[in-house]
Amino acid sequence: MVSLATPVPAGFTDRHPTAAFLIRRTARMILLLLVLLVLSFAMIHLVPGDPVRAELGPRAPASAVEQRQAELGLDQPLHEQFADYVSGLFTGDLGISSTSKLPVSEVIAERLPDSARLAGIAFVVIMLLSLTIGMGAAVLTKDGRHSGSELAFTTTTGFFATIPEFVLGVALVYFLGVQLQAFPVAYEPGVAAYVLPVAALSIGPIAALSRIVRVETLEVLNADYMRTARSKRLPARLTYLRHALPNLLTSTLTLGGLLLAGLVGGTVLVENVFAWPGLGTTVVESVVAQDYALAQAVMLLLGATVLVINLVVDLILGLVDPRSTIKEL
Amino acid sequence: MTAVDVERLSVQFHGRGGPVVAVDEVTLSVPPGSVVGLVGESGSGKSTLARAIVGLVPPVGGSVRIDGVDLGTLSPAARRRARRPVQMIFQDPNSSLNPRMTVGAALTEALGVRERAGRGRAVRDGEVAELLDLVTLDHRVAASYPRELSGGQRQRVAIARALAVRPDVLICDEVTSALDASVTGAILNLLRDLRRQLGLSILFISHNLAVVRYASDQIGVMHHGRIVEFGDAETVVRSPEHPYTRALLDAVPRLGGADASTAVP
Amino acid sequence: MSQRGLARAALRTPTGVLALAGVVLLTVLAVVAPMIWGDAARTPDVEHLLEGGSAEHPLGTDNIGRDLLARTLVATRLSLVLAVLTVLVGAGIGVPLGALPTVLGRRSARAAAAVTDLALAYPALLLAIFLGVILGAGPEAAVLALGIASAPAFARLTQTLAASVAGSDYIAAAHVLGLSRRRILFRHVLPNIAEPIILNVTVAIGYALLAMSGLSFLGLGVQAPSYDWGRLLTESLDRIYVAPEAALGPCIAIVVAGLAFNGLGESLAKAASTRTSYARPPAAPAGSRLAATLPVADDVPAADEPVLVVEGLTVTFPTADGAITPVRGISFTVGDGERVGIVGESGSGKSLTALSLARLVPHPGTVSADRVEFLGRELSGVRSTDRDRVLGTSMAMVFQDTTTSLNPALRIGVQLSEVAEVHGELRRSDARRRAVERLRAVRLSGPERRLKQFPHELSGGMRQRVMIAVGLMGEPRLIIADEPTSALDVTVQQQILRLLKEIGDETGASCLLITHDIAVATELCDRILVMYAGRIVEDIDAARLWKGPAHPYTRALLAAVPDLETDRSVELASIPGRPPDVADLPAGCAFAPRCAFATEQCRQEAPPLRIDETDSHRVACWHPQEGSVVTHQARVETEAR
Repeated sequence: MVSLATPVPAGFTDRHPTAAFLIRRTARMILLLLVLLVLSFAMIHLVPGDPVRAELGPRAPASAVEQRQAELGLDQPLHEQFADYVSGLFTGDLGISSTSKLPVSEVIAERLPDSARLAGIAFVVIMLLSLTIGMGAAVLTKDGRHSGSELAFTTTTGFFATIPEFVLGVALVYFLGVQLQAFPVAYEPGVAAYVLPVAALSIGPIAALSRIVRVETLEVLNADYMRTARSKRLPARLTYLRHALPNLLTSTLTLGGLLLAGLVGGTVLVENVFAWPGLGTTVVESVVAQDYALAQAVMLLLGATVLVINLVVDLILGLVDPRSTIKEL
Repeated sequence: MTAVDVERLSVQFHGRGGPVVAVDEVTLSVPPGSVVGLVGESGSGKSTLARAIVGLVPPVGGSVRIDGVDLGTLSPAARRRARRPVQMIFQDPNSSLNPRMTVGAALTEALGVRERAGRGRAVRDGEVAELLDLVTLDHRVAASYPRELSGGQRQRVAIARALAVRPDVLICDEVTSALDASVTGAILNLLRDLRRQLGLSILFISHNLAVVRYASDQIGVMHHGRIVEFGDAETVVRSPEHPYTRALLDAVPRLGGADASTAVP
Repeated sequence: MSQRGLARAALRTPTGVLALAGVVLLTVLAVVAPMIWGDAARTPDVEHLLEGGSAEHPLGTDNIGRDLLARTLVATRLSLVLAVLTVLVGAGIGVPLGALPTVLGRRSARAAAAVTDLALAYPALLLAIFLGVILGAGPEAAVLALGIASAPAFARLTQTLAASVAGSDYIAAAHVLGLSRRRILFRHVLPNIAEPIILNVTVAIGYALLAMSGLSFLGLGVQAPSYDWGRLLTESLDRIYVAPEAALGPCIAIVVAGLAFNGLGESLAKAASTRTSYARPPAAPAGSRLAATLPVADDVPAADEPVLVVEGLTVTFPTADGAITPVRGISFTVGDGERVGIVGESGSGKSLTALSLARLVPHPGTVSADRVEFLGRELSGVRSTDRDRVLGTSMAMVFQDTTTSLNPALRIGVQLSEVAEVHGELRRSDARRRAVERLRAVRLSGPERRLKQFPHELSGGMRQRVMIAVGLMGEPRLIIADEPTSALDVTVQQQILRLLKEIGDETGASCLLITHDIAVATELCDRILVMYAGRIVEDIDAARLWKGPAHPYTRALLAAVPDLETDRSVELASIPGRPPDVADLPAGCAFAPRCAFATEQCRQEAPPLRIDETDSHRVACWHPQEGSVVTHQARVETEAR
């Protein structure tokens, strides 16, 4: 039993909390990635019945079934299949898509950029607008001022935050696309085609996030340390930028991370509304058509993207906010 | 009459760098009918000791004996029964009462623990009224929710709840620390009256040395999980032996200004 | 009783009423719509294929002529049922997962957290793909996928709730009483966590509805020939150019349903949060309050070259039931180099007095005064850089809560040097040097090292020293300390009080110390102001305090607080009655209801603060008392300070 007289030696983790934190988080991500790999690999094998038969239909000849099985590597022992699978990932061989008969890597390489662009633009738009609107609303309604504006803000954002992006997309297609013919409603080269899909993707999240940003900003503005800053009679600019802003960084980063991860699902929906040639339409096809190779690859891609985003956000948070590294896993 | 004896009791918590010793081989006795005060600053382990005695935290060493019976040798059910004569009153009047139960419901529930409690509604209500009388609260309080009462009233309800199971020993953990000065006296007087009326022994825990000295027959001073000094209350205060006790006494703000008579070595 | 009260409270807001109406309407539709419009939804009408809106078919028809309005209404049932199932799966997994750590202990908490994190890492869509491949695209896979994806949120919520409830003293008390585990769980734990969970379930149903519609829209949810709103939307999307009404029905249905459930959940949550807080009882009618706030003329003491002169300081807060005045026209002075303590209990207005002097009273409080002069200049009026500089350098504030008063995101060096940089116009390096000097002046070890540290790396006592150092960055003439040691251990408190005294001696600064502990005030201060219910009731030299204050409240306070010399064989005095409620003050003297010497005059007329005998002693009482507070002060030595 250790009495307080005996000093407890400080380990590596106590001396270098940031390094320990980075290692912990990265290790966690690798673990989750492994789980994802196993899950995507196991997908085929968890399908009840014979997956190949399900894909080819009950009347397919045995030779075709065998050939497809060999293609998918299903005739080999399990651990060899997994090894092949993982090594295939490194070489870029993800199998052949049964619906298009093309290599999966080709399909993805062709469609990924359009999805990534859409999501990326939407992300930037959402972050810029929700931060501005949220912080502005907080400063405006601080201490209960302009309660009318507060009510208008809460009602409007509450309304738009509840409309799902595909409904919004349909509405935009109808009003701005069909009625007013202001913007194109399907993919075509040029910037104009991005307007409606980005709007559909962004409006909901902007509404939801600006509410959260406003609440967080108010909390910071009302904190005791802001009162201390005011007691120092610093100029307003310094009070907001130096004292308030850094404390908003943590919640903003966390939100950004969640947002980016959430855009993954939203993009799929919006692409289906606007017939966008991205991965969104491919996702659905692959599941419905039981195209295992493609579904596997898409699942892996989506999952890995979300995991990496979460890791990056965690790491930046850990560096920016010294208190978060102390918290246990 | 119940005696509480603690022998070489130790309690550990899990900290980041390994186990942290909160209570370090403490030996203490609360003789029947007496008031033992326990004073110490934050982190001294006094509250943890109290919680270990009533079974809220497990000890890693040593024993707790109630009326000579070592609790460690009993089955869990027997242990619960053996502990019943020892009740505890907590510091924070805001969280010691279930916000969703009326005072009457809480007291009735506590009364139900005793096998000899009356069955009928009228009898139970009568017993609730008796308890409220003991702590000098108006009978109408029984219909109130905790949020409708003041801090002092809530502490009295907590005391009444503890008294419902007819304890012999009351452990008071910082019961006046969250109250205004004008109300503190009333609670201390109440405890004094109850001790006389019901023959209770009390383990009185506080960081406030003046309050502990007033309320106790004997005082123990805790520092870093150990009892560094123990003795008759007046003696400990007038002729402290341990340097920490002297430092503590020196630090107590005095009416009329600080004097440098008790220097810290 | 509590559940009904909650619903009633939610219904008081317009949002609540609308939302509740919406939810009820949807539930009714889910039950009856298939019975009423089932046929219309099923029956093909070959003469009206793929039509737009008309009188007969307001939303048009689909590809085999079925009426779309009917189909939209009938689809309510499936949409709602699937949403509820999803939430049942999610809560069914999440709530037990979140409750597990509290019940089982630390190691299982880690395991549960790991599982929750795992599930949290993968978006719902991913699970939908996974399960869609394995089980085939359809509602089963969709419900499972969305349910599992929502489980972590429930787990987190349950875990937080359970932990906060489990850690509360009433649970501990229940254990000590010997109540059975079952009883504790059902009577104490569950009622306190059930309410927030139920609220979340309501909101979750809304989100599940939206998400499920999304999956059906994609084709991964409900499959033909079944149909929910999402599926209906997909089917009508191709025709949006020619027959937009077809898409209108499902769109409106989805949005209305989402708004109704989310709105209901939110209004219930708002109602619940106000109910369980320990709020004060409602205020009394305005009449009595008005009488209590009538200005009472005080004697103002003369002093040469005072640092601070306050006359008629009043702080008012507007509330729903009218204005409350926690500080009611007080007047006092602080001389050069003088140390003045303001002593009072909760509700006395002492903290607000300090804040109002520093012009830090929170909104919506307003401060008014006949005169507030600091170093000879009037403090009220428009804010100017000049006044800011005076206040920023000559008036130092030390607050009570050291964990929240320093900015957790900034290093200590910045928080110190910026005062000198802004007001002293020093360069960064000079300001840093001064900061190190000041940290040394407050006896903080390793001052250079401290500059780079964050507040959370220091102990409470060290942080308080930093706060004092911040105030010393200028040339303070007045240090206002609001309960600076209440959160500290008594040995640390002694050090901080000594420090304040030394700083005062070294710099000649005056000190205004706010505290609830009268002994602390006499340790540090030359003169003591006793406040009660927003008024100063006594203004007395500290040395004369134990010789015998005049006001019954001060006397009672001294008698009620035991010190190391108190006679242990005698009962302590206590003051009968409750502390004053600023929202409900009586006419006349606020202390009269609790005063042993009160007469009819006391109850009718509030006594002004009058000079008693000498200039340095003022009392606000019609019957000031004399003689030392006999009961418990055995000491007779005089201490020269």
